[in-house]
Amino acid sequence: MKFTLAWLKEHLETDADLETIVDTLTAIGLEVEGVENPAAKLAPFTVARIVTAEPHPQADKLQVLKVDTGSGEAVQVVCGAPNARAGMLGVFGAPGAYVPGSDLHLKVAAIRGVESRGMMCSVRELELGDEHDGIIELPDDAPVGAFYAVWAGLDDPVIDVNITPNRQDCMGVHGIARDLAAAGLGALRPTEIAPIAGAFPCPIEIRTDDPEGCPAFYGRVICGVRNGASPAWLQQRLKAVGQRPISALVDMTNYLMLGYGRPLHVYDLAKLSGALAARRARDGEEIAALNGKTYALDPSMTVIADDVEVHDIGGIMGGEHSSVTEATTDILIECAYFDPAHISRTGQKLGLSSDARTRFERGVDPDFVGPGLDLATQLAIAVAGGEASQIVRAGEPPRLDKQIAYRPERARELGGIDVAEARQEQILGRLGFSVERGETWRIGVPSWRRDVDGGADIVEEVSRIEGYDKVESTPLPRAPGVARPTATPEQLVERKVRRSAAVRGLNEAVTWSFVSEAEADAFGGSAWILDNPISEEMKAMRPSLLPGLLAAVRRNAGRGAANVRLFEIGRRYLADGERPTLGLVLAGERTPRHWRSGKTEEVDAYDAKAEALALLAAAGVPVDNLQSLPGASGVYHPGRSARLALGPKNVLAEYGELHPATLKAFDLDGPAVAAEIFLDAIPPKRDGGGRMRAAYAPPALQAVKRDFAFLVPAATAAGTLLRAVRGADRQAIASVSLFDVFTGQGVPEGQKSLAVEVILQPGEKSFTEAELKAISGRIVAAAAKAGARLRD
Amino acid sequence: MADLDQLSADLLSRIGAAADLQALEAERVAALGKQGAVTQLLKTLGGMTPEARQAEGPRIHALRERVSEAIAARKAALEAAALERRLATEGLDMTLPVAPAAAGTVHPVSQVLDELAEIFADLGFSVATGPEIEDDWHNFSALNFPPDHPARAMHDTFYLQPEAGAIERLLLRTHTSPVQVRTMQSQPPPLYIIAPGRTYRSDNDATHTPMFHQVEGLVIDRDIHLGHLKWTLETFLKAFFERDDIVLRLRPSYFPFTEPSAEVDVGYTRVNGRRVLGGSEGWMELLGSGMVHPRVIQACGLDPDIWQGFAFGVGIDRLAMLKYGMDDLRAFFDGDLRWLKHYGFAALDVPTLSGGVGA
Repeated sequence: MKFTLAWLKEHLETDADLETIVDTLTAIGLEVEGVENPAAKLAPFTVARIVTAEPHPQADKLQVLKVDTGSGEAVQVVCGAPNARAGMLGVFGAPGAYVPGSDLHLKVAAIRGVESRGMMCSVRELELGDEHDGIIELPDDAPVGAFYAVWAGLDDPVIDVNITPNRQDCMGVHGIARDLAAAGLGALRPTEIAPIAGAFPCPIEIRTDDPEGCPAFYGRVICGVRNGASPAWLQQRLKAVGQRPISALVDMTNYLMLGYGRPLHVYDLAKLSGALAARRARDGEEIAALNGKTYALDPSMTVIADDVEVHDIGGIMGGEHSSVTEATTDILIECAYFDPAHISRTGQKLGLSSDARTRFERGVDPDFVGPGLDLATQLAIAVAGGEASQIVRAGEPPRLDKQIAYRPERARELGGIDVAEARQEQILGRLGFSVERGETWRIGVPSWRRDVDGGADIVEEVSRIEGYDKVESTPLPRAPGVARPTATPEQLVERKVRRSAAVRGLNEAVTWSFVSEAEADAFGGSAWILDNPISEEMKAMRPSLLPGLLAAVRRNAGRGAANVRLFEIGRRYLADGERPTLGLVLAGERTPRHWRSGKTEEVDAYDAKAEALALLAAAGVPVDNLQSLPGASGVYHPGRSARLALGPKNVLAEYGELHPATLKAFDLDGPAVAAEIFLDAIPPKRDGGGRMRAAYAPPALQAVKRDFAFLVPAATAAGTLLRAVRGADRQAIASVSLFDVFTGQGVPEGQKSLAVEVILQPGEKSFTEAELKAISGRIVAAAAKAGARLRD
Repeated sequence: MADLDQLSADLLSRIGAAADLQALEAERVAALGKQGAVTQLLKTLGGMTPEARQAEGPRIHALRERVSEAIAARKAALEAAALERRLATEGLDMTLPVAPAAAGTVHPVSQVLDELAEIFADLGFSVATGPEIEDDWHNFSALNFPPDHPARAMHDTFYLQPEAGAIERLLLRTHTSPVQVRTMQSQPPPLYIIAPGRTYRSDNDATHTPMFHQVEGLVIDRDIHLGHLKWTLETFLKAFFERDDIVLRLRPSYFPFTEPSAEVDVGYTRVNGRRVLGGSEGWMELLGSGMVHPRVIQACGLDPDIWQGFAFGVGIDRLAMLKYGMDDLRAFFDGDLRWLKHYGFAALDVPTLSGGVGA
């Protein structure tokens, strides 16, 4: 909301300077967003009189002027304005002045051979309007040599404040002045209202048929108005705050709206037929509004209509048809109370904002409907003449007789600020609250503060006026001792896998939670589609972290980075909940080209497996117990992917090479592998024994190493053999590792050779040859059950 | 006697001249072998008179000793020379580069989250979380948003297509404040929590992204007032920005879920054209806060006559930008490797109170 300093002073009697006013506004919650003095840029321009105007010897359209600038000697100026003539008063800029509208610095120059020492300015050159037909003409009484901006009343700083949505009262200058007065910056000037008695009955019937949407509709007619341009002072006020003057009567309503937060509407009586009533719109009705657009209305909306058509979207915007024009002679002034919730809904539905809507939806002062109409009558007659009818009052504005029980200690208890009782009473009184002291105070809320309805609100009023800067920083109570750890087990797992992934050379990304429906469909579809997405690309809540990561891989590839190792920790949004997940994608080369290895190696599914296992280990999962089971989702290569599970049910991760169709869907050339770790499936750490580790008991005797080479059918999974070998003698076998996989010469067709190293750990005594033989026999027998036979 | 001295000189000179281990071995055999000159001399000792033996014995033994030592010394010298020759041929180009290990990084948002958790743990706040797909009640109604509040409009809030048969449209939470509600409902006070996470608003321009990160702070206890809020924010921001000259300015403002409400500005100084927090050359709006509205406390099932406290909310992305100097919010969510490597953090840059909460 914008207003000028002079406008403020119409409502506030104060000696405070601009800086104090600006600082105080911000300090009491009316945040100043900007202060601008339009006179600043006009400082170099003065009032001057053209003494003589002679034709330019070299140019038909130019004149050579002698200008009296008040400095003594007349100044020669070459001027192209058709209206420049001897005796005329205008605005002069001397060499050195910056002309804002033309973005140039004036200097002494020869124009077609004649020296020119300055410029007579047009409206546009001074950025005071769009006119550029000629130079500014000032009235004869303008003092030559005076600063133009000061003389023209433009030396009036414009203050722009951000009014929070709860402050209905500060949507007008008067309310702002009241707040400043409460803050000790002077006295609020009372509004002088001299009700004008009606000279005749109102010639038109006024009703409200929608007491819910429009509880009160007051109106009266003024006959015999002349709706020309409004007086200069009024135009200047409006222009200063960025409003375009339209006509005396329209400007009058805007002036009162900005001054008192009281929107009004003026109808051309001649365009109305029959009674004017507030009612719900009917299906199919529409209105051509004053902004030049046509709006389709529906029965949820309150409108003002006569017997024929809708003339006003109640409280939001008037209609073109019945708006006042220069030809208007009789008007009807509407001063109504519209229900804030209704206004808000209608405005949102129509996507229509207006100064009236912002005020009605915050709530206008219900006690100011009558006085508002009186003020409007007064001002309308002052600017346009005419004679007023009696007032018609249809309905009644709501009464907000709110009383609040308040203990003054609350200022300290909640606001953290000590304010003496007398001072609290003073602040509240200045803000318009009534105070009845007692053990508990009874506070009456003024009609313009529908936002205030409890003790906490009163604390805010008292403390904001007293000043938040007086609130003393108070340390929170602190538990004795060292701060306790606060992270939950889930948070710890997340931290561990994140840092471990970074240790393993993965770069953490954060990608959008929403992807396109097509991308989601490539991952089995999304359970959650946005109704109002920003774009098709951001429409479906991701069912997997991989689409976002793959899109990032593609973008990186587009920038020339083909080798990408990305991970993200975030949620998947499934029908039954949001699942914390780690996703990772490896693309391009595992090992870049290097002189030691010679050639590059591309990522493969085992790289994804390695990352998945390492991260699961970091999360505390007993990875030796994990099984790689087939059946990873369809986004992976069906033969080069797996699920990692603890037992058959609890799947902790999926990994593998991505399906060619997936790569294609993301426009990737590959190779790319991926893994997803389902963090919520990780079993909680059993923390029975506290921090104490098991007793340290390294084996006394050295372990024995034995190698076995087995032949198995080509389709047999290595894991099956390894599990069988491991299970052959749980006591003696400490570990089993696979060190060779071979097909080819010496291995029968359809078979493969798997070579394993078995570490045997003796207990108390060394193994005897016979014992070793027996263990080997058990290993071979167990392998045989898994379909393997010892290679000769 | 002269013979023995002559022999010694001869042998030592030949040993010293042996060109390689093979020649040295020949000299050893010639001197100390079965038929060697020194061995022969030793054999003569047996046939000597005791007097002669007493006189000759030590001399011959000394000769054998000298020759053995000379052979050992020559052997060591020859071996050392051979090793030196071999090593001289084994040189590698030590300027050849080794294979670089992939350097992983932690995203600034995660890093800042860890920093926040660390700081607030010291103040006694634990970290709470909640769903991002929320219902209207938790996101708006319980937080005292009136039914027609503009924030509920489609142009601010993302709504989800309702499931078949569902009565209510769900939405993407527009702030982390619903976690306040869920925490108050599920845990008995006193409550000291921060709630970080993803939040969503239908905003998309140079400085707004439809998804962003916010952290909410909530304290519910018996005697908490605005002064505690001020101290908490000052303490937090000083710790987070690692500066003691952080100055706050609380301005009265409005949020439906707090009363009184305060917008918090932080003072900044201009350094090389960049705004750096600290000092008070100018003010930057940083976060919203206030005392939890009694209606919110009531909606969560607590008695507002007993329990009161404060809440605040601040953008995590914004905190990261102000601390580490990123100027483009959109880049946070692009996954551009160049950006991740430039602004990301090393895996072991774990913020701790003893090591500092900045890296």
